[in-house]
Amino acid sequence: MSSGKKLLLMGRSGSGKSSMRSIIFSNYSAFDTRRLGATIDVEHSNLRFLNNMTLNLWDCGGQDIFMDNFLSGDSSGSRNGSTGANSSNNVFNKCEVLIYLFDVESKEVQKDIETFKRVLGNLKKYSPEVKIFILIHKMDLIQINKRQELFDLMFNKLKAIAQKEYGFAIEGFATSIWDESLYKAWSSIVCSLIPNISLYEQYLAKLNRIMNAREIILFEKTTFLVISSTNRYSSSLAENREEAKELLKADDLDPKRFEKISNIIKTYKQSVNKIRTNFSNLVLHGRNSSIFLDVLTSNTYIMVIMDNNNSNHGSGPMGVQYQLEDENLVLEDIKIARDLFEKIEDKK
Amino acid sequence: MDSIIDAPGVQNPVTILLMGLRRSGKSSICKVVFHNVQPLDTLYLESTTKPTTENFKSLIDLAVVELPGQLNMFEPSLYDSKKLFSSIGALVYVIDSQDEYLSALQNLAVIIKYAVSVNPKIHIEVLIHKVDGLSEDYRLDTQRDIMQRVGDDLLDYGLEGVQISFYLTSIFDHSIYEAFSRIVQKLIYELPALENMLDLLMQYSNFDKVFLFDVNSKIYVATDSSPVDIQTYEVCAEFIDVTIDLDGLYEPPRKIDGPDSVALGARNSSVQSSSQFTSPNSIVPETKNSELDPIYVAKPTRCISKLQNGTTLYLYQMIRGLALVGVSRLEEGDEATSITVIDHNVNIFKKSLEKMWEKSRVK
Repeated sequence: MSSGKKLLLMGRSGSGKSSMRSIIFSNYSAFDTRRLGATIDVEHSNLRFLNNMTLNLWDCGGQDIFMDNFLSGDSSGSRNGSTGANSSNNVFNKCEVLIYLFDVESKEVQKDIETFKRVLGNLKKYSPEVKIFILIHKMDLIQINKRQELFDLMFNKLKAIAQKEYGFAIEGFATSIWDESLYKAWSSIVCSLIPNISLYEQYLAKLNRIMNAREIILFEKTTFLVISSTNRYSSSLAENREEAKELLKADDLDPKRFEKISNIIKTYKQSVNKIRTNFSNLVLHGRNSSIFLDVLTSNTYIMVIMDNNNSNHGSGPMGVQYQLEDENLVLEDIKIARDLFEKIEDKK
Repeated sequence: MDSIIDAPGVQNPVTILLMGLRRSGKSSICKVVFHNVQPLDTLYLESTTKPTTENFKSLIDLAVVELPGQLNMFEPSLYDSKKLFSSIGALVYVIDSQDEYLSALQNLAVIIKYAVSVNPKIHIEVLIHKVDGLSEDYRLDTQRDIMQRVGDDLLDYGLEGVQISFYLTSIFDHSIYEAFSRIVQKLIYELPALENMLDLLMQYSNFDKVFLFDVNSKIYVATDSSPVDIQTYEVCAEFIDVTIDLDGLYEPPRKIDGPDSVALGARNSSVQSSSQFTSPNSIVPETKNSELDPIYVAKPTRCISKLQNGTTLYLYQMIRGLALVGVSRLEEGDEATSITVIDHNVNIFKKSLEKMWEKSRVK
């Protein structure tokens, strides 16, 4: 896997490509991204993700001149000489993922779509296996009640174009750097690249059969993107789907909780950075549940959410006693699971 | 309009009066500190036309009365200024440091003269506000200039003995919380006892720093006697947010059908009290009932986080929407024991806090 996976990040200038990259991979806060200038040509970054996976992120500058340069090989053919053809070869060759940003406030929607089509055309030619993700970005600038409608409208249109004219199936997300929607989108993107994702899922489910947690979530360490998750109903009642679904519905948890956790923990990491350190674990006995967040392997964090049933034990020192024992049990379980997950990571 | 101001004042001497010229940023301060509004959103606030009162219940029942800036405050038809001033504990005057502040200083001197004549025990606090727009050197110059001028003005009025505290504040960082913390602390009668207790707790539990926070506003009502490092404060304040936000994501289901219904009663009441603890926007409507709720007492929220340099952040829920947040450096390998000791000590602290609060209510 040493060659790495190539991700193209494209979109017209000012649509927020570099801001997005800085927040997810360089620990910027949303506020800090105002300092970023325009990207010239292509900015490469190599990111190690989960030990055995390298992401080559190509952040492509979005000004028309750069865009034309990327695309010119296709449109003007031999007339432009070898340089144009080369660069288009270069950019679109062996690409695994395209992430295309649309600025929701853009005035020239038609032009955006045209450019998108040309990008698709090139990809069709040079790397037909590519996965395509569309992010409708800067959603925070739209009134809350209009967001869904607008997103559906744009996404369906783009989907139809990609499907009919180029035969690509695309996925879309509405995003904004000011809330957790960014993490959801990137989680799905990155998860689609992890080769042994099913192994992680399998092991997590196994772990949960032992721990009987309300939910277990696995995060990547530096980006805090969600890799995998399991909950009580999906692991223990797998054979009884219908019942599981109903139970899950009764549990009625916030569907956006994963992204929110990513967001909360990242903010926390930044604030801890102010006293020049990093956090290593967190144990919370809250009103609603007990949450254990700990390092799992050198590249992952695990979060275990247990039911908070201490109320049964009543008040006084006994209640505290039970809590302590539960805590030790969970931490011990995590310690044992650590070896197992290290093994998955070492696998090629 | 009289009644708005009178109501908290009569039964509650702990009232803060927020004054200042128009557009000095009074409403923004209120919104940011007490309602968790994002600082940038306060750009769109309307100008305040009526005196508004914020009731804010924490260790003490606090009321913040905000006066519209454009009023001539000695206009007797609007409100009874004598009654108002005699009922408040602290006068907070906001000066816009980015604007020409000479007229504000004149206004301030007149107000101080009047306030002291009505109520000599009043605390006078001056916020030199909006310093985020000034460079580092210029801030201190501005502060020195303002202090000098206020001193001169008071000398002219023959009031040189009046104590005035100055704070450099901005809503875009934590300085406004720091300033309000100090202002509120001056109004807490039990503060010396509290600080003493926190000092003891710190000594015996190996804490580097302990704060007693109000969870909703992130104001600390007390801390130990070691100096406050603003960065530690910020981390502790954010730690509260992390705790509340994470816990809030896993609220138990509201309705449970089937065999679990025995636990329903217990669950439900815990939901209610949890919403009091979690909802950041509403100010805790604490009643006597919820404090005596056994679940509320039995299961305080507790959160521990270790950092890579060996520091441990510790949070423990206290009474009345307060939380104790401590920073500690634990010895390697000895953590389990130390945390047990801390838990025990903090529990004792909580009990004394409960007792103290009962006593203060009887009085």
